[in-house]
Amino acid sequence: MKNESMKERFQAVKSFFARKNQSEYQVRSENHVNRKVFWAIVQKEFTDYVTSWRIIILLAIILLTCVGSLYTAITSIEEALKASEEAQAIARDLYLYVQMFTISDGTLPNFISFVGFLGPLLGVALGFDAINSERNKGTLSRLMAQPIPRDYVINGKFVAAVLLNILLFFSLGLLVMAFGILILGVPPTFDEFLRVICFLIVCIVYIAFWLNLGILFSIVFRQPATSALAGLAVWLFFIMFYQMIIEMLTKSYLDPTAVASEIEWVSRQEVVLSLMRLSPNYLFSESTIALLSPAIRTLGPYTYEQTLGQVASPLQLDQSLLIIWPQCTGLIAGTLICFTIAYLLFTRQEIRSN
Amino acid sequence: MVEEIIKIENVTKQYDQFLAVNDLSLTIKRGEIFGLLGPNGAGKTTTILMLLGLSEPTKGKVQVCGIDSTRYPIEVKRKVGYLPDDVGFYQHMTGLENLLYTAALNGIDRKEAENRAFQLLKEVQLLEAANKKVGKYSRGMRQRLGLADVLMKKPEVIILDEPTLGIDPEGVRDFLKLIKNLNQVDQMTVLLSSHHLHQVQQICDRVGIFVKGKLLAEGNMESLIKQLFLQDSYIIKVKASPIDQELIEKINSFHDVNRVEIDDHYVHIYCQKDVSAEIGKFIIESGVSLYHLSLKEYGLDEIYHRYFEGSESA
Repeated sequence: MKNESMKERFQAVKSFFARKNQSEYQVRSENHVNRKVFWAIVQKEFTDYVTSWRIIILLAIILLTCVGSLYTAITSIEEALKASEEAQAIARDLYLYVQMFTISDGTLPNFISFVGFLGPLLGVALGFDAINSERNKGTLSRLMAQPIPRDYVINGKFVAAVLLNILLFFSLGLLVMAFGILILGVPPTFDEFLRVICFLIVCIVYIAFWLNLGILFSIVFRQPATSALAGLAVWLFFIMFYQMIIEMLTKSYLDPTAVASEIEWVSRQEVVLSLMRLSPNYLFSESTIALLSPAIRTLGPYTYEQTLGQVASPLQLDQSLLIIWPQCTGLIAGTLICFTIAYLLFTRQEIRSN
Repeated sequence: MVEEIIKIENVTKQYDQFLAVNDLSLTIKRGEIFGLLGPNGAGKTTTILMLLGLSEPTKGKVQVCGIDSTRYPIEVKRKVGYLPDDVGFYQHMTGLENLLYTAALNGIDRKEAENRAFQLLKEVQLLEAANKKVGKYSRGMRQRLGLADVLMKKPEVIILDEPTLGIDPEGVRDFLKLIKNLNQVDQMTVLLSSHHLHQVQQICDRVGIFVKGKLLAEGNMESLIKQLFLQDSYIIKVKASPIDQELIEKINSFHDVNRVEIDDHYVHIYCQKDVSAEIGKFIIESGVSLYHLSLKEYGLDEIYHRYFEGSESA
């Protein structure tokens, strides 16, 4: 008798869990299917990128220039090392591996300026026809007729492009480190390694900003040519003209003869600097320089008094990160703003082939 | 089993100043082929987009398979296959790859998707071109691939927007045969929009005539003709002299004659039945010399012409 009731209770408990499992299983399997669908989009877009001539050519240009600049950097370091025995001992404390990205022998610009210059081009090239070419080819309405949330389309394209960037920059960075070890014979310290990784992440965030700008333009403009030109216009503006315009406008403002005190002059410098920081390029170069030159202690102006009593040694990585934290936040915020606008526009847009 | 699979209730869609769809109500039953007939810019595509939840109605309710399209578009899109006009494929991918991508977007397993893709490619006679890049397909092939693409997800309803646009007559015939076959063999419900009357006439069970966002008439072909030409299925053109008011009134009092109009040379008699023999006899017997008598019968072309023309002048 007792055994019987135990059995019943056991059965009840078992069926309860079975039911619970089943409903959980249903929810989970639905999530699973959704994730599979999302990655199907990412996979397709990624394949499209790596098989399209446009991207292959761009990647080739970037690889070539970056490898070139890194090679000249490595060889000039190597020469300096060979010059004396002492240099080799000192080299260990000099952050050789991070310097590879910042120095050049004059024949080619350094790695940072290459990425600052070509990175936006890559980002815009990856994004400028994301939506409008699908619309023009009539594939967008077919895509939208499938049971997928609308945002999967831009999310998928974004993720695929970012994946491509991650792949590109990490392989580039790690390859350079490997070559460095082979050529220089000096292993990187862990701090150097982390600095390089952080630097690569900043590069990826920087390109993600331009990628999102490209995607945004591809939603706003119906013609791929227009959106590409718009992207290039913004790129050229920030690369070439923005700094020039700010300098021109603030020339009289910064005139030392017109300023009453030092403190005021410093505050005026700060204002100009904040204006400069509206440019993603400026943010990028500031943050990468601070990351790759551990000796940099501040990115703003500082007085002679402030430097008194400082210990003349490089900063720890976390301190460097602290310095560039606002810059990185700014870059990420810019990326998110572009993405949000793109997202809102796209989800509200009418889907028609023309 | 009769079931309302598409239900549109008092739907209005307004773009800024332009009224694309005006208070449209329409139901389509399971297993029928419904033809949405109308000139370009009548609001057919807008209506279809609203059915799929790709566009939101300004007013009214749209239901497909009992699901609200505006609220749950993804659920609806699981059950509805949509072939847009001028369907586009990824040119650098093969026909098969395009189908497999659609399958992946519908969460179908790779193995099952391949089987289904091959089976559908065979049905639309594209098996040989399966591994050819879609960029090299002809328009007719693309359209057939589009049909296969729509069927990948095993839909309950398929919506075809101007499916025969730009295909040669032979291609149109094959395509329509495919659709008819789907309907008869698989009991698929089909909504087809077109401005080609003859094609619609060939395969549709019911037709709705759609002009300037309004559904002017709907029903099967015969009832459509009745609705449209209830009074004036036949027009008799008569030339006789002398014609006086008395004669006209007498003709007008004929049982099947609805009205009589006179222009410079001819008398036009609008009637329900062919009464030309009686009219001729009557005219001659009244002592009036008859020079010409001809009968004009209205076909579908006239319906179409008349409705679409009428809408433009309105």
